[in-house]
Amino acid sequence: MKKVLAMPQSLTGARWHYCPGCGHGIIHRLVAESMDELGIRERTIGICPVGCAVLAYDYFNCDMLEAAHGRAPAVATGIKRILGDRVVFTYQGDGDLASIGMGEIVHAASRGEKITVFFVNNTVYGMTGGQMAPTTLLGQVTTTSPFGRDKDREGYPMKVAELLSTLEGAAYVTRVAINTPANAARAKKAIKRAFEVQMAGTGFSLVEILSTCPTNWGLGPVEAMKWLEEKMIPYYPLGDYKVKEAQ
Amino acid sequence: MEKQILVAGFGGQGVLSIGLFLTHAALLEGHNVAYVPSYGAEMRGGTANCIVTIADGEISSPLTDSPAQAIIMNQPSLDRFEARVQPGGVLVINRSLVERMPQRRDLTTLELPLNRLAEEGGFGRGANMIMLGAYIAHTGIVNVDTVLGSFDKIFKGKRASVIEQNREAFSFGIEYARAHW
Amino acid sequence: MKGNEALAEGAVIAGCRYFFGYPITPQSEVAEYLARRLPQVGGVFLQAESELAAINMVYGGAATGARVMTGSSGPGLSLKQEGISFIAEAELPCVIANISRGGPGLGGIQPAQSDYMQACKGGGHGDYHLVVLAPSSVQEMMDFAIEAFDLADRYRTPVLIMSEGMLGQMMEPVEVRDFVTPAYEKPWAVTGCAGRKPNIVNTLHLPPDELEARNHVLAAKYARLQAEQKRAELFMTEEAELIVVAYGLLSRVAKKAVADLRAQGLRVGLVRPITLWPFPDTFLEACMPAARAFMSIEISMGQMVEDVRLAVNGRAPVDFFGRIGVVPSPREVRDAIEDVAKRRGLA
Repeated sequence: MKKVLAMPQSLTGARWHYCPGCGHGIIHRLVAESMDELGIRERTIGICPVGCAVLAYDYFNCDMLEAAHGRAPAVATGIKRILGDRVVFTYQGDGDLASIGMGEIVHAASRGEKITVFFVNNTVYGMTGGQMAPTTLLGQVTTTSPFGRDKDREGYPMKVAELLSTLEGAAYVTRVAINTPANAARAKKAIKRAFEVQMAGTGFSLVEILSTCPTNWGLGPVEAMKWLEEKMIPYYPLGDYKVKEAQ
Repeated sequence: MEKQILVAGFGGQGVLSIGLFLTHAALLEGHNVAYVPSYGAEMRGGTANCIVTIADGEISSPLTDSPAQAIIMNQPSLDRFEARVQPGGVLVINRSLVERMPQRRDLTTLELPLNRLAEEGGFGRGANMIMLGAYIAHTGIVNVDTVLGSFDKIFKGKRASVIEQNREAFSFGIEYARAHW
Repeated sequence: MKGNEALAEGAVIAGCRYFFGYPITPQSEVAEYLARRLPQVGGVFLQAESELAAINMVYGGAATGARVMTGSSGPGLSLKQEGISFIAEAELPCVIANISRGGPGLGGIQPAQSDYMQACKGGGHGDYHLVVLAPSSVQEMMDFAIEAFDLADRYRTPVLIMSEGMLGQMMEPVEVRDFVTPAYEKPWAVTGCAGRKPNIVNTLHLPPDELEARNHVLAAKYARLQAEQKRAELFMTEEAELIVVAYGLLSRVAKKAVADLRAQGLRVGLVRPITLWPFPDTFLEACMPAARAFMSIEISMGQMVEDVRLAVNGRAPVDFFGRIGVVPSPREVRDAIEDVAKRRGLA
C-alpha cells in the first residue's frame, strides 16, 4: 500500500500536551514538514518561549533550547553569531514576543539578525489561564479584561507584522492563519520561505501565524476557527508586509 | 625604596599625562610601578589628580593619603593636598596659578611660573612636560638622561613632531630647574 | 596596562571570542577594548539593546559551547539576574565581570564593594551559586579572567569576576600570558544534531521529583566547589591575635596598614579572600588558635562581615569598618584596626 502521510522526521512523535483544537499542533507540524523538505533538521537549533509552547523541545526533533520569557530573539542572536551556518528559529507566543519580549524582537529585527521567528498570535495568554495579551482584540473578554478590552483602559491591540515590517533589517515579514486547509497550506509556504530567507542570509524573517485557543476563548474547536476568521483576520489582515530580495 | 607621588591640578592641564609618563619612565628603569588616576565624580571638569607609586619591592597599597612628593598645578590642589604630604617631603608648585604659597615649613618647596614659561618658550600644549622635566631633573626620581632617551618608547604611536615638541618642553624644564632650583 | 584592559585581554587569551554587553560606567572600557580586539582574532563583539538581551545572548552563546563573556556594573547586574539564574540552572559555562560601583539605586560610579551579597548570595531566583573571584591587582585582572574561563568549563558554571571601578582604571605592569587552547569536551552543546540525538538546553522541570533531583545535582556541584576551590591569601597571620579580612584592591591598602602595625608590635594579620564564593572560611579557621578577634574591612556598609561571622561562629568577636564611595586610605584603615585592637584588649 502506498504511504500518503507520515510523521515528519523533524517531530519526535511525543504526544502533544496542547488542548483539543489548539493551533500549536498544526503549526508545529508545518514547521517540521518545512524542515524536512529543506533537509535542515540536523543543522537547525530551535528556541522555545515561555508560554504554551514552552515544552516544544519535547516535540521538535532537533537541537532545542528553552529561553526565559520574551528573550528568545536574544538567545537566538547569541547562537547565530557564533554558529553562522546553522539555521536558528524561535517559536514565540503573543505574550512572550509582543509584551515582555518586545525589546528583544524589535532589536533582533532591526539588526537584521539572520534568524527566523514563528510568532503565534492567538490573542490570549494561554498557559497562565487566559489573561489579556497585547494582541487581545478590542471588546474581547479575558480574565484580566473582564469587561472586554477597552481602548481607553487597555489600549489598542498590537499589530506585530506591521510594526516590524518598518524596520530596515527585516527581510521577510508576513502574516498567515491556520483556520482553513488553504490557509494552512499558505502558512507552510511562508514558513518555508522564512527559513530560505535566513539561509540566503538576506536578513531577519518572521511569520506571524493567527491561531486559536478554544479553551481560553470558551469556544469549541470549529467555532474557534470561525472566530479567527470573523474577528481576527479583519483586524490582522493576512499577507506579506515586507519582502526584501536577496542581495 | 617605595615612593608615592601625587600630581594634582585642573582637568586639561595634563595632570594624568604627567603621572602616566612618570609611571612609564620608572617602569623602563626596572622599578615596580602603579598608577591610580582620580576616579569618580572628579573625572569630568574640576580637579584631576593621580597617584604614582615607584618601588623596588612589591607594591602593597597603590593608594595613599600621605604622598612623599606632590606636583601641584593650581591653587585648589595646594589647598587640598598641602597638609597630606609627608613631613620632609617635596612640593613642586606651578606659581602661575598659585597665589597663596604653602604654610608648612617642613617641606622642600620648589616653584616655577609654568604658564609664563610655556608661553615664552612657545609650548602652548606642552606645559605639563616643562613641569615634569624640572621635577625629574631636580629630584632624580628617575634618571633624567634615560628619560630623554625613552621618549620614542613612551610616546609610541604619536607623530614624530609631537614627540619632538614634548622632548623640547621637557628639556626646557630641565634647564629651568638647573638654573633656578 | 589598565585593569579593565588586562581583564579584557585575559578573556581573549583564554580563548573567549564572543562578548555581548551593554554600556555602563565604569565597565564600558572592557566593552570598548573588546569591540576593537575581538574582530582581530576572528571573534564577535555585539552591543546588545539591553542588559537583559546581553545576558540572554550569553545564554545562547554559551549553549553552543563557545567561550563567551559579558560585563556590567551594579545596576546592570541587577537586570541580568534572571538570565544568570537560567545560566546557572542550565549549567552553561560563561564569565561575567562586575566592574562595580556604589548603590543602591543608581548610586554612583565611585568605588564600592556593595554588590557582595548580590554576587555571593544568589542575586537571582532559585538555589544556585556563582563562583566569584576578586582580583586585587592589574596582573590578577588578567590572570583571573583566564582562570575564570577554565573554572567555568571545568564545573559548568557561570563565574563572576568582582572588580572595583578603581582597579579597572589603575595601571600596573602586566606579564602578558600565553594564549590558551581550551580543551573541554562539550557533548551537551546545541550545535545541530548531525550524527547524534538532539540536545536540549532547558531549565523547566515541572514534575516535582525531577525538580528536586536537578537541585540535588546542582547542590552536589556546589559542595564540590566548596571542597576544592576555596582560595585566600594569608599575610602575617602567624600568631596574629587580630585577623583583618579584606578583599580586592582594598586588601592591598589593608596589607600596608597591617605591615605598619606589625612593625609597631601589634600582632595583626590579614586574610584576603580570593574566592568570595566559595567563601574561604577554612582559612579563617586556620587562624583560630591564635586569633582573639576578627575584623572585616569593606567598601560597603557591611556585607562580607556576615560570612566572617558565620566562619567564626561565635568563637571570637567580629568587628567591622567600612566606607562607601571612597577606598579608605591606609591611615584610616590603620586607625580603624588600632581602634578595634584597643577595644578588644589586644593593644
